[in-house]
Amino acid sequence: MATTTQIPAAPAPATVHRSRRRWGATVLGVVILAVMLFPLYWMINTALQPDASLVDVAPVPTGLDLSGFSSALADQGTNLLTSLAVALGAVVICLAISAPAAYGLAQFGLRGGRTIVFGTLITQMVPGIVIANALYSAYVDLGLVNSYFGLMLADASLGIPFAIVLMRSFMVSIPREVIEAAEVDGAGRVRTFVRVVLPMSRNSLITAGLFSFLYAWSDFMFALTLNTTDDVKPITLGIYQYIGAHVGDWGSVMAASVLSAVPAAVLLVLSQKYIAAGITGGSVK
Amino acid sequence: MASTTASAALPADPAADAGKAEKPPSPLRAKRRRQLAQWGFIAPAVLFMALFFGYPLVRNIVMSFQDYSPSTFFTGEAPFNGLDNWRNVFDDGLFGKALWQTVLFTVGSLAGQFCIGLALAVFFSRRFPLNGILRSLILLPWLVPMVVSGIVWRRIFDQDTGVLNSFLGTLGLGGDTPWLTSTSMALVSVILVNIWIGIPFNMVILYGGLQEVPKELHEAAALDGASAWRTFRSVTLPVLKPVITVVLVLGFMSTVKILDLVLALTDGGPADSTQTLGTLTYQNSFVQMDFGAGAVVGNVLILISAVFAVFYLRANRNEGK
Repeated sequence: MATTTQIPAAPAPATVHRSRRRWGATVLGVVILAVMLFPLYWMINTALQPDASLVDVAPVPTGLDLSGFSSALADQGTNLLTSLAVALGAVVICLAISAPAAYGLAQFGLRGGRTIVFGTLITQMVPGIVIANALYSAYVDLGLVNSYFGLMLADASLGIPFAIVLMRSFMVSIPREVIEAAEVDGAGRVRTFVRVVLPMSRNSLITAGLFSFLYAWSDFMFALTLNTTDDVKPITLGIYQYIGAHVGDWGSVMAASVLSAVPAAVLLVLSQKYIAAGITGGSVK
Repeated sequence: MASTTASAALPADPAADAGKAEKPPSPLRAKRRRQLAQWGFIAPAVLFMALFFGYPLVRNIVMSFQDYSPSTFFTGEAPFNGLDNWRNVFDDGLFGKALWQTVLFTVGSLAGQFCIGLALAVFFSRRFPLNGILRSLILLPWLVPMVVSGIVWRRIFDQDTGVLNSFLGTLGLGGDTPWLTSTSMALVSVILVNIWIGIPFNMVILYGGLQEVPKELHEAAALDGASAWRTFRSVTLPVLKPVITVVLVLGFMSTVKILDLVLALTDGGPADSTQTLGTLTYQNSFVQMDFGAGAVVGNVLILISAVFAVFYLRANRNEGK
């Protein structure tokens, strides 16, 4: 910095050398990214060549053949909508349950609060298949097998511990005075929460919502174990069964895969700061 | 502002104070009512976690002593059968095989994810153009549903028509590896895919940790003439240690219970060579409909996770200090 302000006209040779080296790192970075993203590229590439015989899928799509996508949409469109409905439902349940709890655990200083936070951390360690194992028979008894609501509840369980931990770590930093001021002004506890606390915690709320959406959207295990018929079939389960039936037709399978990856990609582009915050915040704090 | 000073002057409890003006003072009752209202915020979450985490834990233990059969869910009868399920599962060679493969899978995945993730975190800690964009795009593999990644890789790995073998063939490096179809290769292939999935997560967290390492420490080390490797080992790693613990334990938790990926890639085959504790639980319960046997394997999985939960909580506590 200092050198460039001193001689703005002609950058010192060292600076040129250095910036070339920095672009060198960019090139290396692009190569790393290319290797990491190659499987996803190949997914799109295969999806765009539905008619190519298996052996000679060209490295780059030669034309824009969308017939793989149209057959995938015809076969899997309903399942995509099911995924969307289930994931949105799971987000609503997740936030409705975890936001008040995070606030309570952050601000009320109740006896036993620490134990609950501890318990929340522990729940993140329970393997999902173990939950499904016991949940299945309970769901049979309650008539929740093959129901949207049952799957939403189960999928919400994927996000709730994370959401509580994340939002709580944020809500702890809301100053006491702000909350007390609202309550002195005559706002009840619930109104204070809705009108003051929630707007202040907007970012952590968005991050928690985003992640619970992605967890629910990606869920395969609950979809596989808590459904015995085709009534409620999210896209993950749909694609899994698709490869059994359509092994020859990889174009459609890959097109369906691309469609199922779209929400993740869109969310990443639109909200990368929340996602980075979520990955670090939820795990380290 | 005025309200804050007012509340500071009051005896700390506005709710109790409001009650005082009208009725005879009963601060104890007001306090209990207030606490009850406060618990109202937390109760739904506690109830949910009790039902979706607590209940399954207890139920799995009970189920492991019950005799489930395909007809159980029609008749509702699952008589207790003592240690039969446990004996059957442990006597079956498949359990030991799945346990060993779970160990290999977990150790292999974690080692690969962590080393590559750390290398990338160090790389991206340097300043260079487009760093931010590249770093966030690398997250994509982690965000795609795991089942979908598995299916994409299944295509790539195909022995005769997959792109990996045709690429290796072009380079003259064989090109006929039976990635997913040979009993000696399949587990390695599944591990490779899981490493690919886990790299972004490791990278992001370790990158975050590296940003906390004070710059002055590096400068001091450089002044002392320490080599880059030496600086990394004696300056960076010690500061990074708590983050490393967290990333490894969280990685362990998500790896040891693996199910989605294996089902999408190999369905546990060929010849059970990629069967893990997670897939074995699934198979016992949801394919054979023997939920008692599934519960036994599930309990073993919980036991393993519990041991590591202790590590995690200890690391988390140190982090808070």
